[in-house]
Amino acid sequence: MRRIHSLYPTKPRRLAAAGLAAVLGLLLTGPSLVQAATEEAGGGHQGGLPQLTQTDTYAGQIFWTIVTFGLLYWAVAKVILPRIAGTLEERQDKIDDDLSRAEKLKGEADQVMADYEQGLQTARAEASELLRQAQEAWAAEAAKRNAAEDKKLAQKIKKDEERIAKARAEAEGNLKTVAASVAVSLTDKLIGVTPEDKQVSKAVDAVVQG
Amino acid sequence: MAELTGAPDKDFPVDPLHQFEIQPILPIQVGNLDLSFTNSSLWMIITIVAITAFFFLSTGGRALVPGRMQSVAELFYETIANMVRENVGTEGRRYFPFIFSLFLFVLFGNTLGVIPSSFTFTSHIVVTFFMAIVIFVAVTVIGFARHGAGYLRMFFPHGAPLWTAVILVPIELISYLSRPISLSMRLFANMMAGHILLKVFAGFVLMMGVAGVIPLAALVGITALELLVAVLQAYIFTILTCVYLHDAIHMH
Repeated sequence: MRRIHSLYPTKPRRLAAAGLAAVLGLLLTGPSLVQAATEEAGGGHQGGLPQLTQTDTYAGQIFWTIVTFGLLYWAVAKVILPRIAGTLEERQDKIDDDLSRAEKLKGEADQVMADYEQGLQTARAEASELLRQAQEAWAAEAAKRNAAEDKKLAQKIKKDEERIAKARAEAEGNLKTVAASVAVSLTDKLIGVTPEDKQVSKAVDAVVQG
Repeated sequence: MAELTGAPDKDFPVDPLHQFEIQPILPIQVGNLDLSFTNSSLWMIITIVAITAFFFLSTGGRALVPGRMQSVAELFYETIANMVRENVGTEGRRYFPFIFSLFLFVLFGNTLGVIPSSFTFTSHIVVTFFMAIVIFVAVTVIGFARHGAGYLRMFFPHGAPLWTAVILVPIELISYLSRPISLSMRLFANMMAGHILLKVFAGFVLMMGVAGVIPLAALVGITALELLVAVLQAYIFTILTCVYLHDAIHMH
């Protein structure tokens, strides 16, 4: 009743006044309204509302209202509402179903993604491990080859140095001989004395050493 | 009334009340009662056929993604379902088929009545008053069935001083008893007034000759207005039924 109450004044006294006014108003206007209606109805055949004058159709109208509304109620309750409700329910089910399937698929996709990430991680780790091993292997190989090359080079250098030293000694020997013979022939030409070989070589040695 | 149709008023070419006349189509007499199949009965039948046809066609596909018709059918359903849920509460679920039928009956009856030369059975006070009194009696029965004699508390608000009962109880009683009258009068008067207005303007169109285009234009607007009133009154009739049902169930 709250809805209807809020329309009234809230104070009891004003409420009472309003109520009194309403009752009085009804008492005063009611009879005249009824009178007017009956007058109009009484004038029946000359005019007036068919709704009020055609009283003989009232029973028929009520009867047909009952019949048609009854049929409608039956159709609504037995066929129409179950159909709509069924469709709505079906749709809701379908939506729920789709949502849960989507959820599941999303979970699967996430799993696949995680697997993929995992695989990628492993592959990366493997690759870097392989790379590291290969680098090590290369480094070892390079070190080995370097060492071998170094050894070969060292041997070659040593051999060459020996050869140079020999050539040098040989050259020095030759130089001494040449220097001795030059010295002998020069001495002979200058003073006519042919010095002894022993003395000459001694002198040359001294110069060369010098 | 029939003689009026042949000889309308001297000056006015149309009798605006002629449209409300009940005309028998198939006379049926049961005992003393005249239960003839009339133009009113015919339009009641047309109304329920239209409702069933509409719902059969629109929900026939039961498509998961609704088409236009199905959307409208579902819109009706959801509107009334929400109305019952909000105004009556969860206990109103069992009255939902009745409320839904009532809404469709009044809505289709009103709107089909806007079609020219049709008959509007909701413009008859007997029909609206009968529906209102059925609702009133049903609501009262539900109220007493649920609350027993406690339902009488309806007529005296909580917390008011006792002496005000002298005034409040009669007022509440009158306002309660006038429910079926106001409920039926509102629908009947709205439908009747609108239809009379349409006919009067139609009479102006005939009277004014070439200048009749002015009332004709007004007629177009009034027809649109009548369509609005038809829908609105169906809605009001239904929602007030829900409110009464709520009072009977929850009592405030």
